[in-house]
Amino acid sequence: MTRTPLRPLARILDARQKGENPDMIERENLRIRHEDQRDGLRLRAEGRLLVLVVMFVCAYGLIGARMGMLSASEPSEPRTRSSGASIIASRADIVDRHGRILATNMSTHSLYAHPQQMIDPARAAVELAQIFPEIDADRMEARFTNPKTKFLWVKRKLSPEQMQAVHEIGEPGLLFGPREMRLYPNGAIAAHVLGGASFGREDVLAAEVIGTAGIEQYFDKELRDPAREGAPLRLSIDLSVQAATEEVLAAGMNLLDAKSAASVLMDVKTGEVIAIASLPDFDPNDRPRPPTEGSPADSPLFNHAVQGVYELGSTFKILAAAQAMQLGLVTPETMIDTSPPFKVGGELIGEFQGKNYGVLSAENVIVRSSNRGTGKMALAIGRDRQQEFFGTLGLLTPTGLEIVEAKGGKPLLPPRWTDLSAVTISYGHGIAVSPLHLASAYAMLGNGGHVVQPTLLKLDGPRAGDKVVSDEVAAAARVMLRKVVSDAKGTASFAEVPGYHVGGKTGTADKPRPNGGGYYQDKVIASFASLFPAHDPKYVLIVMLDEPSETSGDKPRRTAGWTAVPVAAEMIERVAPLLGLRPSYEPRHLETSTTASD
Amino acid sequence: MRSLLFLLAAFAVIGSGYWAYYENYRTQAELDKVDDLRREIGGARERLAILRAEWAYLNRPDRLRDLVELNYDRLGLLPLRPDQFGSIDQVAYPPFETLDLSQPVDVTSAGATNP
Repeated sequence: MTRTPLRPLARILDARQKGENPDMIERENLRIRHEDQRDGLRLRAEGRLLVLVVMFVCAYGLIGARMGMLSASEPSEPRTRSSGASIIASRADIVDRHGRILATNMSTHSLYAHPQQMIDPARAAVELAQIFPEIDADRMEARFTNPKTKFLWVKRKLSPEQMQAVHEIGEPGLLFGPREMRLYPNGAIAAHVLGGASFGREDVLAAEVIGTAGIEQYFDKELRDPAREGAPLRLSIDLSVQAATEEVLAAGMNLLDAKSAASVLMDVKTGEVIAIASLPDFDPNDRPRPPTEGSPADSPLFNHAVQGVYELGSTFKILAAAQAMQLGLVTPETMIDTSPPFKVGGELIGEFQGKNYGVLSAENVIVRSSNRGTGKMALAIGRDRQQEFFGTLGLLTPTGLEIVEAKGGKPLLPPRWTDLSAVTISYGHGIAVSPLHLASAYAMLGNGGHVVQPTLLKLDGPRAGDKVVSDEVAAAARVMLRKVVSDAKGTASFAEVPGYHVGGKTGTADKPRPNGGGYYQDKVIASFASLFPAHDPKYVLIVMLDEPSETSGDKPRRTAGWTAVPVAAEMIERVAPLLGLRPSYEPRHLETSTTASD
Repeated sequence: MRSLLFLLAAFAVIGSGYWAYYENYRTQAELDKVDDLRREIGGARERLAILRAEWAYLNRPDRLRDLVELNYDRLGLLPLRPDQFGSIDQVAYPPFETLDLSQPVDVTSAGATNP
């Protein structure tokens, strides 16, 4: 950089000669220099500002461009972070307590058509009708050739063979879409528990599988939850036990000419339902449509074990006896006069076939099944305490089992709980509950007095509910139930299964006419509620048959002792080994409620 | 000195840019590989689900019962009965192995001490 001197010698000398002030020159030069410096500084500042502006514009432009790209592009999952487990079927499997599949998904295809792309609709319709017998060729052709139709579904689900056959038609207007379908590999087994599934919102590329009944609908949201990552829903049902139960029950139902049948096998400690059957049943893969006429109870869709409420007759007697013992009103040895007449609220209480048992011990009231005996106990208990006891046992509300139909199993109760109601309810008339209700009540006696909540989900351990009767009372009740089977005069002598010490109570209730007007004379609900092994109960089994009749004798026999009891015995003999219960043949010392001194 | 610094900085920029792009492309390639694997896993899971469903279908109790009935002559299978439970003392011990003395072998230590 060349510096211009402030006092150039030539100009100074020149100025001195002219008599001017040479300082003026210096000042002038200084001013010029300052102006130059100022211009330079301004230029630099302007340049810097420009760079700054460019940088800010670039930075904001970049951010803006990125934001625009993010908003305009398709969202995608972060590829680096997701785990492999997220590749799952859209709906979780349902498995039994040992992990055997009860419901799973299968990928298949659906068939749809774009009629405007079709080359030869008439031929396509004929060929389709050959592949699918249910398709009518003429009607399909009419739909294909309708100019307004741009899209139509032909089949919701295709098998691979059918898909290949449709491929071979070679029609470009017939198209396939992927589909996930629900498969129940075991067919009708546990149909009422599983319910069924169908397609919800449908698209060409995918369809929603939604539960339409049973546990599929109850846990629909949970099964579809992606956060579940396909973890199967584990039920308390045991597939082989369920299959054996249904087989025995179906055989019994056919043999005894019953209209329908139901059975419940439940763990007494946990309330887990091991097998629950209702016949007639259906195939959940091809769930029939709900009936539009007639009684819903006649449809195979109706779950007699959960939805159906019945007057279950004498099976209720043990509840009255247990409560009376718990309240200290009776002991098993208390003598009760059961001879007629016994009049309550102006009604005479009779016995089965007008029998008269005379004076019986409380134990024998159960063993011989005396209506008047339990009626007297119920009167001693009182209607309020009876109602409260039944409420604690859950006999007054739906069971809360994890299937949507359980809400329908609402017990039928007397409109006013009078003394007469208390008496009839003590022997199972005037109150209608489902077999599952009865199972949980008996489970209470089996586990030593704890209320159980029936469940279809596998539990890790027992869930002890409120204790409603003492251990001694529960044990005494079990002795009574055992004697019903083992005693020569008991009503359930056919239930003796060697090695399993079955204890139970029969119930034969006349069927009420559908629209009021009393009871049928020749139609009964026969039931048998049992606990096994009676000295240390593990399971409770309820068998109920609707309108059975045993015709090997001169005249048809309809009592539970001849119908439900043999079926239950066969069932216990079949399922107890499957449950791993070891028979014990040594004569068991029967638990008694008496002490050595009395 | 100054120009050397500029040069070094320029090389550093070029080098780090190269490294960043290189790593980026490698990551992309790995991600593509992961995607492929994931697709493969998905396919395998689907096949597995179908095989499981098929296994469950072939083992459905109704079918097994029919097969047992069809093959009763050969297999003689019946439902499990309570009397088939045994206790451990019903199981016989295996017979003791007795020494075979029919062909005696002479064993002698004669000569063992002599080298």
